[in-house]
Amino acid sequence: MITTSNLSKKYSGNEVLNIASLDIPKGQSFGLVGNNGAGKTTYFSLLLDLIKPSAGFIKSNGIQVNESEDWKPFTSAFIDESFLIGYLTAEEYFYFIGELRNQNKADVDTLVAQFKDFFHGEILGQKKYLRDLSKGNQKKAGIVAALIGNPEVIILDEPFANLDPTTQIRLKTIIKDLAEKQGITVLISSHDLMHVTDVCERIVVLEKGEIVKDLITSEATLKELEVHFTGTGV
Amino acid sequence: MVKRFLSLEWKSFIRSASFGKSLGVKILIGFFGLYFILMFLGMGIGMYPALKKIHPEQDPLFMVNNFLFYWILGDLIFRFFFQKLPMMSVKPLLTLPIKRSKIVNYVLGKSAISFFNFLPLFAIIPFGVTLIMQDYPLNAVLIWMLTLTIVTLIVNFLNFIIESFSIETELSFLPIIILTTGLFALNYFNIISFTDLFGKGFNAIYESPIFIIIPIIILIALYALNFKLLRKRLFLDSGLKTKIKEVNTSNLEWTKNFGDIAPFMQLDLKLIWRNKRTKSSVWMLVLGLFYGLFIYTNPNLKESVPFFIFVGIFSTGIFLMNFGQFIPAWDSSYYKLLMSQNIKYEQYLKSKFTLMALSVVIMFVLGVPYIYFGWKVLLAHFVSAIYNIGVNSHIILYGGSFNRKKINLDQKAAFNYQGTGAVQWLIGIPLLLVPMGLFALLYYLLNFEIACLIIAVLGITGIVLHQKLMKIITKKYLESKYKMIDAFDQNN
Repeated sequence: MITTSNLSKKYSGNEVLNIASLDIPKGQSFGLVGNNGAGKTTYFSLLLDLIKPSAGFIKSNGIQVNESEDWKPFTSAFIDESFLIGYLTAEEYFYFIGELRNQNKADVDTLVAQFKDFFHGEILGQKKYLRDLSKGNQKKAGIVAALIGNPEVIILDEPFANLDPTTQIRLKTIIKDLAEKQGITVLISSHDLMHVTDVCERIVVLEKGEIVKDLITSEATLKELEVHFTGTGV
Repeated sequence: MVKRFLSLEWKSFIRSASFGKSLGVKILIGFFGLYFILMFLGMGIGMYPALKKIHPEQDPLFMVNNFLFYWILGDLIFRFFFQKLPMMSVKPLLTLPIKRSKIVNYVLGKSAISFFNFLPLFAIIPFGVTLIMQDYPLNAVLIWMLTLTIVTLIVNFLNFIIESFSIETELSFLPIIILTTGLFALNYFNIISFTDLFGKGFNAIYESPIFIIIPIIILIALYALNFKLLRKRLFLDSGLKTKIKEVNTSNLEWTKNFGDIAPFMQLDLKLIWRNKRTKSSVWMLVLGLFYGLFIYTNPNLKESVPFFIFVGIFSTGIFLMNFGQFIPAWDSSYYKLLMSQNIKYEQYLKSKFTLMALSVVIMFVLGVPYIYFGWKVLLAHFVSAIYNIGVNSHIILYGGSFNRKKINLDQKAAFNYQGTGAVQWLIGIPLLLVPMGLFALLYYLLNFEIACLIIAVLGITGIVLHQKLMKIITKKYLESKYKMIDAFDQNN
């Protein structure tokens, strides 16, 4: 589904990302871990064509993302708060995203209704603008918005950060469900090793912009990751 | 500690991403500042001889004292719109071992050394020196000068109190307008003669310096009040946190008539209505609508026909210029979302275009009563409207692709320089002056009708080529996509 070849991103001569080759098959739940500055967000930004690669390319479903925009209809993402429109209410925001993705209000309502538990009564019908919600609730709205319109690829940067424990557990169920039952390719990044190993079938460790580990998740993965991150002394 | 605060601010200025551009704006403001300094200096030097010449029988000093009431009112209005309390990002300092009172004192102290407080000195000092040279008693004149300086500071702190109250209200400039016009009216209709009161007060201080104690007490009281207000705001749960209002949602079904751009138009309308900064561009419409009255009722300008086009372009295009010049920066806080969403850039831009074109049409229709000033005025406005839709709207959209400055929507609006790069200042000039110059040329060479016709033809050409022009503009936006995303990602 997503093929990365010889991808490199440099900022004024400083290489922050260098991935020779990375293939993510359709329907895989893919986890990206690494310390701060390892290049996780850079990779996601390149995948969404928000920054320009210095060399190499990413192909999503055969479409090279920095040359054509045809990957947009089947890709959705929530990277940070800049994906929210502060002066809309949550409902308005969902409908807006829905319209961009050719979903009518009823479609959006049906989808959003599935996440009643996840919202915990704090998102819908609040009569509040998104900018006035707490960080955690903003994140919930952003994540659900990324699920609107039957995307085939969903990218979530640090989805677990800022969420309360209950919501974290619910989110794990949602992500697992997306990949296993609906065949959606889910890419997430996280600092929480436990969460990623719980959710992802495959985990890639980035360090200073390079892939240092590529693991298929098993019983031993969490241990291995912990050893890895202790060993590097961070 | 003050030194450290200053170095923090200096760093935030020179390390800001838009440093180059804000420097440009600063230089521009610097020129304005220089202009005002020269004007005040001229006033200070020329005042005494001028007054002596006009009213040789009266004492110029007492005449100036009588006039001081108007000075204070004018100063208050001027400051309200242009002087903002110097703000620093206070939040990170709150948890550090710095006394809150120290931060407040620093902010207030800094406001006292603002340009607005030095400006009057350029008039006061030369005037005072002239007085001394005219053998006025030295001590009394010095006291008088000191009093005026204190009064300047009083206005300074009074302004912040007014601002801090009016920032809460929807129409933030209404309180100051009501206050000043109220005082002015009371004075004008002789209900309470403030000119007299102020004049006598200053005369009294001049004659018996002990009365200077009164302005000093007022100054201290105002400082204390400011201190209290600001200190209260330094707690996270009051000033730094924004108030949450319950919102009403509207579905704006009528926008559906515009087809595939409907979602963007709904978004734009909400953008305009729900943010202070954009809302002010709606109020500017009122200014645009009545602008013609200033010109056409002025007997000197009434006859100069090229001004018809100037007024026409300005009044029908005021929203276009005001809103248009910040495309796409209005959407800067969620630009990444738009760029990764399933949208056609062309639709996004077309929505902005439609909005601007609609505003031009509405402004023209509302301005039809200008026919009172003659059919020529209305015809000029009509061709201006066509020109605005066909030419200016495309130019401003194109100019938007050079926009690199993020706009923080929550900031208080009028005369907020944020998001104003040098490019935007420049774009206003051709929008107004090119059609006016062209019109003037044709008008003097040929005649009024042909001049109107040419302007209209230009506009219609633009409208006919709309699709093509939008293609070019869209391409330009796509080319600067990465740069815009990067720039909009940076705060400050």
